[in-house]
Amino acid sequence: MAGSYWPVRYANYLESPPLAVIVFRRRKTTVTMKKTFGHGGVHPPEYKELTENLALEPAPIPGRITVPLAQNLGKPAKALVQKGAEVRTGTPIGEADGYISAPVHSPVTGKVTGIGREYTASGALQDVVVIQPSEHQQQDFMPPLDPEACTVEQLTGRVLQAGIVGQGGAAFPTFVKLTPPKTKKIDSLLINACECEPYLTRDYRLILDRTQELLSGTRIIMKILGLHNSCIGIEDNKPEAIRKLREATGNDPGIEIVPLRTKYPQGGEKMLIKAILGREVPEGKLPMDIGSVVQNVGTAIAVHNAVVRGEPAISATLTVSGKGIRQPRNLIVPVGTSVQDVLDFCGGVVEGAVRILIGGPMMGAAQHSLKAPVVKATSGILVLTEGEIHTRAETPCLRCGRCVSVCPLHLTPTRLARLCRLGRFEEAEKLHITTCMECGTCAYDCPAHIPLVQWIRLGKQAVLRLQRARN
Amino acid sequence: MPKDIPETLQTRNRLELTTSPHLHNNWSTPRAMWMVGAALVPSTAAALIFFGWAQIGILLTSILCAAATEAVIQKLRKLPVTLADGSAVLTGWLLALTLPPDFSLVSTGIGAVVAIGIGKHVFGGLGYNIFNPALVGRAFLQAAFPVAMTTWKSPNLVDTVTTATPLGSLKFDAVASGLTPMFFGNIGGSLGETSALALLAGGIFLIVIGIVNWRIPAAMAIGILLFGSLAWRLNLQEYPSPFYHLLGGGFLLGALFMATDWVSSPISGRGMWIYGLGISLIVVLIRVFGGLPEGMMYAILMMNAAVPMIDRFTRPRIFGATV
Repeated sequence: MAGSYWPVRYANYLESPPLAVIVFRRRKTTVTMKKTFGHGGVHPPEYKELTENLALEPAPIPGRITVPLAQNLGKPAKALVQKGAEVRTGTPIGEADGYISAPVHSPVTGKVTGIGREYTASGALQDVVVIQPSEHQQQDFMPPLDPEACTVEQLTGRVLQAGIVGQGGAAFPTFVKLTPPKTKKIDSLLINACECEPYLTRDYRLILDRTQELLSGTRIIMKILGLHNSCIGIEDNKPEAIRKLREATGNDPGIEIVPLRTKYPQGGEKMLIKAILGREVPEGKLPMDIGSVVQNVGTAIAVHNAVVRGEPAISATLTVSGKGIRQPRNLIVPVGTSVQDVLDFCGGVVEGAVRILIGGPMMGAAQHSLKAPVVKATSGILVLTEGEIHTRAETPCLRCGRCVSVCPLHLTPTRLARLCRLGRFEEAEKLHITTCMECGTCAYDCPAHIPLVQWIRLGKQAVLRLQRARN
Repeated sequence: MPKDIPETLQTRNRLELTTSPHLHNNWSTPRAMWMVGAALVPSTAAALIFFGWAQIGILLTSILCAAATEAVIQKLRKLPVTLADGSAVLTGWLLALTLPPDFSLVSTGIGAVVAIGIGKHVFGGLGYNIFNPALVGRAFLQAAFPVAMTTWKSPNLVDTVTTATPLGSLKFDAVASGLTPMFFGNIGGSLGETSALALLAGGIFLIVIGIVNWRIPAAMAIGILLFGSLAWRLNLQEYPSPFYHLLGGGFLLGALFMATDWVSSPISGRGMWIYGLGISLIVVLIRVFGGLPEGMMYAILMMNAAVPMIDRFTRPRIFGATV
């Protein structure tokens, strides 16, 4: 297939009129086809040009900080402070409650003005610690460690203490991923640098602006897992980052840079493992069950910061983008800063902005209020205009089969959605509805504009209720 | 403003709350339908060139009757009238292309009413029909007016007045047509099937822009060549060669525009292969061993009926599943 001409996938060139213009572009592949996962996937317009050339910059400390205690998958942290407590930047304010949980630290120096309940990014009311930042900021970090000299236990202890959670979106406590049970032999570490969500350029900027920290963090994780090799999987729409990583790793055979063909949702754990290792995570199992651990670029850098600098997870690196924001930026934001404060720092929204999202456009959550705080795993805040989202009325399913051919998990979304609409959840369960990871690929590609993911989400909850009732 | 109103209502920007994904590729049902219409333009032009401008009457009658039937039925069922999505127009258009030149306009209208009424709305309307509506209309006409439906006008560029289709002349008179006119279009047949070249141009356009899944035409082409060759081996003199099968009759019109109808074709890739091969097998059986010279319509309708079963047995293997 070397050097042949292929039509760009219709999704790209039919974005703007005139419709019938067919653009041919030369594939970048040279000798071998670039790796990617096999079945399905789409290539939405990337919109990364809005922010990809803007270096990371720190956002100012806002007037009020609300730190949710539930910033991880699993159990929320237990509050350690009370109203009136003085905290410094890095002081623990919540402790891990159980195995799958993570501690929370104060992102600023100031005074705790209350512990209350507020709406967070998911739309749920959650416990938050409210902090009033003070004039003088003081650090209260953990002592730095020498990653070469200290033991694996010290390193994992530090990852736990620092409250690091996965930066890929699910916010799974990193400590848990790095301490698999003895029975599970880990043989491969994949660093996820795909950043397949449109708009987001946070991982890209981290690679360019924090290259050494990324490699250092990767080596620390390799040491923790007892591995001598790792791969950084990165999509080929980021040639600059690939070049920079290749230069920085030089002749280190321990870290391999693996360029992947750009395709959404390659940044999903299961998809990345399939793309690089060719292995499929069995249904209902975890990557560690087939010997692999996937960590996001941001997570690796957080590990480096926690170990080498003693800094706990108190800030989020995120992309503020979309055509509805006046000044798109890549920011390092203190956890607990409200969406409103971030948007104000970026010049505010333009008239005609209709949707504000936390996260990427394919899987992020629309916000009803600007009060939701930034959390450790926030990867982006997007302000979208009508021109970007193409809202249309739903029409009947025409059985075109596109959802089937693009589903990376080989589901039959149209059938699942119809069964859920009819309330036939047992049948949906037999068609593996709970396997769906809600990546949105099917609904993105549906010409009838059926809210497939919404129906499937509803169905998944009903199926989980059924399963609970059964047990 | 009272305090309990959410802040989003107090600003000029109203925020939409929807679930992810928030991007869409901007395809829609009407756009897909009109794209298919655009792809039919070359074949329609070929029909008018080879059979005369008068044939526009058949096209207009069919399209207008189909659209009117859709509107009336939707009014009666108290549904929103969705003529703008183009699906009824397309059904009428496709039906017209399957009719013989100089076909009676009254019969054409009846066919269009049957296509929309019985082919589509009896099953529940757009998206729910089991059979290709245009072919249901044609099947009705074939049964009601068998002689008129097989009276073929000669193309303009030939001296005679009536002629036989290449498949018909081979079957009943043992006279084979040349493959070159069959490719470019100077042959007898129904309006849309005369020029293979025009059909291919439209079909390839639809495959490139992603409306037609390439698997169905590919499976059908492989099938007709394979099964055609096997049948040909039985009697090299009398039976049509595989390329004669490929270019003759309604095969290309069916393979590119009829069998690929989204609603009445399978949704999984494997299903599409089975469906396409099945159609080709039935076509060859009808053409070679059956009483009719042409079997495209019946082959597609038969495989349409098999689609729910094909779908059930060709569900993709779930990622990470053990079976």
